[in-house]
Amino acid sequence: MVRYIIKRLFYMVITLFIIASVSFFLMKMLPGSPLSAQDKLSEEQKEIVLEKYGLNDPVPVQYVRYLGKVAKGDLGISFQFSNTPVSKIIKDRIGPSMQLGFQSLVIGTFLGILLGMIAAIFHNGFLDYGSTFLAVLGTSVPSFVFAGLLQWIFAVNLGWFPVALWEGFEYSILPTVALMIFPMATAARFIRTEMLEVLGSDFIMTARAKGITEYVVVFKHGLRNSLIPLITVMGPMAIGLLTGSLVIEKIFAIPGIGEQFVKSIMTNDYPTIMGTTLLIAFLFIFIVLVIDILYGLIDPRIRVGGGEK
Amino acid sequence: MAYDNIPKELLEPLEHQESDQEKISRPSRTFMQDATRTFFKSVPAMISLIVLLLTLLMSIIGPWMNEYGYDDQDLNRAKLPPRISWLEDISWLPFTGTLTETFMGTDVDDATTKALMRFDTDEEFVDIDVIAEGDGSRGSAEVKATFHPYEAKDLHDTYFWLGTDNLGRDQWTRLWKGTRVSMFIAFAAAAIDLLIGVVYGGISAYAGGRVDDIMQRGIEILVGIPNLVVVLLMIMVLNPGITSIIIAMIITGWTGMARIVRGEVLKLKNQEFVLAARTLGASTGRIIMKHLLPNISGIIIINTMFTIPSAIFMEAFLSFIGLGLMPPEASLGTLINTGFDNLRSYPFMFIYPAIVISVIMIAFNIMADGLRDAFDPKMHK
Amino acid sequence: MSQLLKVNDLAVSFNTYNGEVQAVRGVSFTVHKGETLAIVGESGSGKSVTTKALMRLLPKRTSVIKRGEILFEGEDLVRKSSKEMQKIRGQDIAMIFQDPMTSLNPTMKIGNQIMEGLLKHRNMSRHEAKKKAIQLLQQVGIPHAEKRLHQYPHQFSGGMRQRVVIAMALACSPKLLIADEPTTALDVTIQAQILELMKDIQKETDSAIIFITHDLGVVANIADRVAVMYAGKIVEIGTTAEIFYNPKHPYTWGLLGSMPTLDDTDEDLLSIPGSPPDMLNPPKGDAFAPRNPYALKIDAEMEPPMFKVSDTHYAATWLLHEDAPKVEPPQEVKRRMAGFSQTGVLPNVGEGEQK
Repeated sequence: MVRYIIKRLFYMVITLFIIASVSFFLMKMLPGSPLSAQDKLSEEQKEIVLEKYGLNDPVPVQYVRYLGKVAKGDLGISFQFSNTPVSKIIKDRIGPSMQLGFQSLVIGTFLGILLGMIAAIFHNGFLDYGSTFLAVLGTSVPSFVFAGLLQWIFAVNLGWFPVALWEGFEYSILPTVALMIFPMATAARFIRTEMLEVLGSDFIMTARAKGITEYVVVFKHGLRNSLIPLITVMGPMAIGLLTGSLVIEKIFAIPGIGEQFVKSIMTNDYPTIMGTTLLIAFLFIFIVLVIDILYGLIDPRIRVGGGEK
Repeated sequence: MAYDNIPKELLEPLEHQESDQEKISRPSRTFMQDATRTFFKSVPAMISLIVLLLTLLMSIIGPWMNEYGYDDQDLNRAKLPPRISWLEDISWLPFTGTLTETFMGTDVDDATTKALMRFDTDEEFVDIDVIAEGDGSRGSAEVKATFHPYEAKDLHDTYFWLGTDNLGRDQWTRLWKGTRVSMFIAFAAAAIDLLIGVVYGGISAYAGGRVDDIMQRGIEILVGIPNLVVVLLMIMVLNPGITSIIIAMIITGWTGMARIVRGEVLKLKNQEFVLAARTLGASTGRIIMKHLLPNISGIIIINTMFTIPSAIFMEAFLSFIGLGLMPPEASLGTLINTGFDNLRSYPFMFIYPAIVISVIMIAFNIMADGLRDAFDPKMHK
Repeated sequence: MSQLLKVNDLAVSFNTYNGEVQAVRGVSFTVHKGETLAIVGESGSGKSVTTKALMRLLPKRTSVIKRGEILFEGEDLVRKSSKEMQKIRGQDIAMIFQDPMTSLNPTMKIGNQIMEGLLKHRNMSRHEAKKKAIQLLQQVGIPHAEKRLHQYPHQFSGGMRQRVVIAMALACSPKLLIADEPTTALDVTIQAQILELMKDIQKETDSAIIFITHDLGVVANIADRVAVMYAGKIVEIGTTAEIFYNPKHPYTWGLLGSMPTLDDTDEDLLSIPGSPPDMLNPPKGDAFAPRNPYALKIDAEMEPPMFKVSDTHYAATWLLHEDAPKVEPPQEVKRRMAGFSQTGVLPNVGEGEQK
């Protein structure tokens, strides 16, 4: 297992290196100069700025310097906010994003499990069709459509919640709901099919034959066996959350990483784009790794074989 | 015993007919027939199929159904609400060509002034319904103002079925034009994914050995890089447009198909019926065409059916964060983006494209689910 | 010997999309304390459904007990509520399933799975339950029981898993043990071990066993009495000796004729032509008639009643009617019947006759 983790960590570093390199060279090919937005600057001033950021050096020199800095966690200085290191922007803005993502993931997964279980227990009943339809809706309707509707109905028209910004818990309710729909629906669909399969399996019959109560059969034997494979869809769920957070933060004007990222794209703020891209990539890869390891730890069936894989 | 008086002639040996014993009690059907039957019997899947066909049809003929072009700008007729000639008198339908909002103020006059300022027009084009008279304190008076922009702009015989956008372009035409563009992007991306995926996965699995090893390492590197990051980077480098969105999506998109095809072919190529065909001297081409392809066609169709909606989503997502198509091009994503910016005052600009994209996504997902159930009853995930 | 279980005219149907499948169509039999009754028959003959109905383990949504009663120690299980059945399951009646690879919960330690029933029915403390579980594992022949308790099912081989399943079933010393093809999924050598184990256990615990199988070799080895099922009905029932030496039903002849034995190498096996009937529309009259070379004309009209052969032996075939033509079993079957006694395939036939 330890060897497996080390191997995976090694792969992770390689992937990050590739992403850092590719994004660096792609950025160099980008149309538009970082200073095109700064009309007030004279040619001379621009030259000074370019020199200061080392943008006049040959590309390979810039590349090596960039890699060295990234390895130390230095992601450069933002063009948009002068004198502000990208790492500081990320640090300042990661709070709301983390809170939003965490709330959505936890509440969404929990509700999804509940919904999926209800559907499986009342298989082919009214509750099953209802929750299955909800789940299809949740996986199909794009999060920004959903977020827009929520904002329009509950904030603009009914005035129950603040329309936008991030100034307290009540500000986080609508974005959390909008963001949690996807993990909720994913979990609900997954748990439903998984539960149906597990409840039809032989060992459930064995458990019933032991005379234990139906409650114990469903929760201890059924749910437990359905929850473990749920970890496998946690990856896509987390990725959906990351993608969703970009648009949700834009819609609700939340001062998080996603909103910053969208803004940086508009202003050609290369260092911030690259820094955020690396961060997103790191999160993706890290989540997938954690999920793989978690799965190996939890499922006794693959725990033994996991090391040799 | 009750059985004592059984007639003797019945206790004679029965003459058997050979056919009785081996009679097959139910008609036999091939797997394909079974699958299509299951699919066509699934009500949700059939409804989805019809909805999708209708949407496709509308995306073709919709833009031609009125005289407006998708990029005919006219600021004089900007932000007009939906108006349909034979539905405009039904007040509870949103096709009356009016905008209604409630306004608060210290008294009725104050609220009315706010309404007129909001709609930027004269009193004659606004109907005021007083909801609360007010007592002079802030926000105590409330009026419901109904604005008639078509009259205000002297467009009495003009009908924009779904209204116009902020530049005065017909939303109906743009909506179906946008649907066409979104569908085109999705179908093109899915088709290219399919082609590359099937060929790559097929070769990798069929060749096996070192070729397979090398090809799989390639996929592993690509899969390790998050899809979103690749798409974002590619879009930023390429010039925004239909082609670059398609390219950005297929760079990583095909790997899923390639992995599935490889897995299926690996499973199939060692099965007895393929070995049997090979023993009987069938050529490689024949084995691939007659034995492998038919057996993986189901999973390819299903996977493609799931690729299309996610491509539609990706296009809309990119357009929404400002990396998609550029005006005056329309796609569902750009329409929703413009609509979102005007959501508070002109919700119709957001609602209709939002409905269309949601319906398309739901229909594709339900249809894909139906296909999956039909093609593989044992497959759950 | 006192009666433990009496099943009267039990009928079970499944509601499917195509219609009602009559899986069990009126089955009656008794099981006495401490005896082993084997139920044999082809796949789909209704033997598994019958036993699952005894435990009331059939899916509620799709299946229905159409009629009949299941008297266990005089109480009708058909009328019991699910709560009352929970008390009986595991405690009074326990069950062993066919496939040990799937009948254990893969994510639970086997110790906990064995203890589950003890904790529920015996009100034991965890400590006592654990001690009992170790003792059970030793009883079913699993070495290092204490260590094994903390392992997961995938760490056991197929035969070992079936031992665990048996230990689980034995936990509360049930009066009746239902074994649904417990050896079918195992290797032949392991089969023998499991059969030996079950015989030993029966001697020690004096439980009654209902043993479902399609393997007549297994039946000969373990059963006191045998019930032969075909198309949802019992067609012949009797002591093991009666069924093997004096079979009356043509279907039993077919089963015996298709059973290979060691001594007759030059001889053809007898096969039963055709396939079992579609239980969606069971045929009129005797369901076996279309496959029966000895069928009479009345078989197409009327179902045969259970004719009495001896006090313990009944068979449902018109051939036993006093006016019916006298037929002999086919030569192959007769030779085989003779062979059984010579080769001693039936070690416990002697006991069976004494009972």
